[in-house]
Amino acid sequence: MKQNQEKSITDILTNMNTNVSPTERVVSATAGGALLAYGIKRGDTFGILLSIVGGGLALRGATGHCQVYDAMDIDKGEAPTNKRLANKKSATYQNGLLSGKVHVKKSLTINKSQAELYAFWRNFENLPKFMAHLESVKTTDGNKSHWVAKAPMGTTVEWDAEITSEQENERIGWKSLEGADIPNSGVVEFKPTTNRGTEVKVTLTYEAPGGALGAMFAKLFGEEPSQQVYGDLYRFKSLMESGEVISVEGQSSGREPQAKKAAA
Amino acid sequence: MKAVCWMGKEDVRVLNVPDPKILNERDAIIKITRTAICGSDLHLYNGYIPSMMQGDILGHEFMGEVVETGKGVSNLKQGDKVVVPFTIACGNCFFCQHEMYSVCDNSNPKPEGQETAYGFAGSGLFGFSHLMGGFAGGQAEYARVPFADVGPIKVPDSIEDEKVLFLSDIFPTGFMAAENCNIQEGDTVAIWGAGPVGQFATKSAFMLGAEKVILIDHYQDRLDFAKANNENVETINFDDTEVHDKLKDLTGGRGPDSCIDAVGLESHGTTPDAILDRVKAAVFLATDRPHALRQAIFCVRKGGTVSIPGAYGGFMDKFPIGAAFNKGLTFKMGQTHMQAYMPKLLAAVEEGKIDPSFVISHRLDLSEAPTAYDSFNNLKNDWRKVVLKP
Ligand SMILES: NC(=O)c1ccc[n+]([C@@H]2O[C@H](COP(=O)([O-])OP(=O)(O)OC[C@H]3O[C@@H](n4cnc5c(N)ncnc54)[C@H](O)[C@@H]3O)[C@@H](O)[C@H]2O)c1
Ligand SMILES: [Zn+2]
Ligand SMILES: [Zn+2]
Repeated sequence: MKQNQEKSITDILTNMNTNVSPTERVVSATAGGALLAYGIKRGDTFGILLSIVGGGLALRGATGHCQVYDAMDIDKGEAPTNKRLANKKSATYQNGLLSGKVHVKKSLTINKSQAELYAFWRNFENLPKFMAHLESVKTTDGNKSHWVAKAPMGTTVEWDAEITSEQENERIGWKSLEGADIPNSGVVEFKPTTNRGTEVKVTLTYEAPGGALGAMFAKLFGEEPSQQVYGDLYRFKSLMESGEVISVEGQSSGREPQAKKAAA
Repeated sequence: MKAVCWMGKEDVRVLNVPDPKILNERDAIIKITRTAICGSDLHLYNGYIPSMMQGDILGHEFMGEVVETGKGVSNLKQGDKVVVPFTIACGNCFFCQHEMYSVCDNSNPKPEGQETAYGFAGSGLFGFSHLMGGFAGGQAEYARVPFADVGPIKVPDSIEDEKVLFLSDIFPTGFMAAENCNIQEGDTVAIWGAGPVGQFATKSAFMLGAEKVILIDHYQDRLDFAKANNENVETINFDDTEVHDKLKDLTGGRGPDSCIDAVGLESHGTTPDAILDRVKAAVFLATDRPHALRQAIFCVRKGGTVSIPGAYGGFMDKFPIGAAFNKGLTFKMGQTHMQAYMPKLLAAVEEGKIDPSFVISHRLDLSEAPTAYDSFNNLKNDWRKVVLKP
C-alpha cells in the first residue's frame, strides 16, 4: 500500500489498495450510501443491517476494498475470471421456494451441565418452550410423540415422531413417522467442555416439498430454515441459563396510538 | 406516564405513553426519582446510531424506587431504593460469570443485528437503539428493568439521589476506563474529552494511583472545571495548541503512559483527517469519526495502553495500525461491565472518598428534556451534565 497521507478524497481513493473492480466500486459506493441512508431512515432491525452493510459497501466503493472479499480470499480486481463459492445445498430454490432435502446444522455453547440439558430436551413436551413454530408435543408412549406446529391462518400441521437413537446425556435422534406432510428428522448432541459449559449441536433435516406444500414449508420454517433453528437454539440457551427468554414485546413506547404530547 | 421519546434526528419530545408492565419473571418496575442525559444519548440525538425507531423511550442513567417485582425477583421488595446499571445482564452466562456483563449472552432479545454487524451480540442496553435490544429507557416516570435480581443495586435511603445516580453509568465508565490503563506508580494518563466521562476518568485515574492527568478538549470551561476539581491536572485546548507536541512537552519527551479516548464517534477537529471524516459521515461513506482516537494512538508512548470508553458503532476509516503495531500498544475498550464495579464504587461514595454529584451543572424537570438535550449538545461549556427529575 502506498503512503497514506491526508490529502483529498480522490487522492485517498486512488492511493488505496484495491481488490474491487472499478464498476463494482461505483455500484458499491452508490448502493452502499443509499442502503446506509435508507437503513438509518427505516430504523428497525432490518434497517440496522441495511445501514451497517450499507456502510461497509459505501466504504468498499470509496476505497475499492472489500473486507468480505478479503475474508473469502477473492480478488476480483485483477483476476480475469470470477470465482464463485460453490453452492453446497442439495436443496434448490424453485419459483422462490425451497425444495429437496434441507440440512441445517447449528451449535451453541450453553453454560449448564450435559445432564441438565439432556434431561430438559429428552422431555419432548418442553420443546415448544423454545421452538418457535411448535404449538405442542405430546409423548404418546416411551419413544413416540405427537407434534403440532403452527401454520398460517391459525391452522396447524401435525405429525408423529419416534426416537431413533439415544445415548444418555450425549445424544438424542428422532424422525417423523410415515405419513408426515413434511418428513423431518433431527439429532441433538451434548458435548461437555473443560470449563465452558456444554456444546450443543442440532442437526435437522427436512424434505422440503415443492408446490403448495412448499409455500406452507416456507411459512413454517421461514425463508431461511437455518435462521429458525438458530433462533430456537438461542432460546434454548437463554431458557436453560437464565430461566427465561428475555423479551421486549409489549413494552411501552411513544408509538402507541394513545401516546400524545405531554402537557408540560 | 411521561417519557422522553426519540422522534428523529435532533428531535426528542416528552410524550404520554402507557406505563410499563412486567414482561419477564425476573423483571421489576421502578418509579424513577432521578435520571440523567449522557453523551451517548447525544449520539442518538445526532442520528449517528442506526436502528432507532420513532417513539423509542430514551435514557439509560436512572434510579428510583421499586414498585413491583416479577416472580423471579426475590432480593428486591417494594420501596427499595435502587440505582439501575445501563447494561442489562443475566448473571448466569459464561460472560456474566466472568464479570463481562456488557457482553452478556442472554439479555439482547434481538441478537441478529449485532451478529450480522459484529459477529456476536453484546448485552441489551436501556434506551439505546434496537441493535442493543430495543429496551425502553429510563428518562421517564417508570421503567421496566429486566434481570432485576442482577442489575439494580440497593442504596441506603439516607444517601442523596445525586450522590449515587452516576453509579448507573458514567462513574463506573470513567473508572473502568482508568482501570483498563493498568496504572503504575509515576504514570501520566492523557484523556481526550472533558465531558462527564472524561471528568470521572480523571478522578478515577487518581484513585488508581496516576501521578498526573492531562486532559484534552476545546471547551475551556470544561478543562478549567477539571483543573479546579483535581490536583495535578494539566489541560490542553486543541483549538490553540498542537496536541502531540504539547503532550511530549508535558512528559519529558516520553509521551503519556496511557491514553483514554473519552470522546467517541463524534470527535471534533480541524485537522484534515477530522474534516474528511465529517464529510464522509455526512455522505454516508463512513459511520464513525475517530479523530481523537487516531491522535491518542499516535501520542501514546511505546508499549503504552489505549483505553476507549468513548462509544463507536460502525467502521473506522484509516485506523493507524502501523503506529499501534510498531509501538507495541495494548488496546482495551467496550461498554462498561457495570455490575462488576457498582458495589465497590458505592462503597467509595459511602466512605466519602468521592461525591459524584460534583459533575452536575443543570437540574431540570423531565418535561424540559428537549431544552436539556439541545443545550447539552450545543452549549458544552456551561452544560456539563444534566439531571432530570420526573
Ligand atoms: N463505554 C461505555 O460504556 C460508555 C458509557 C458512557 C458514555 N460513553 C461514551 O463516552 C463518550 C463521552 O461521553 P460524555 O458523556 O462525556 O460526552 P460529552 O459529549 O459530554 O463529552 C465529549 C467531550 O469530547 C470533546 N471532544 C470532541 N472532540 C474532541 C477531540 N478531538 N479531542 C478532545 N476532546 C474532544 C467534546 O468537546 C466534549 O467535551 C461518548 O462517546 C459516550 O457515548 C461510553
Ligand atoms: Zn451513558
Ligand atoms: Zn449473562
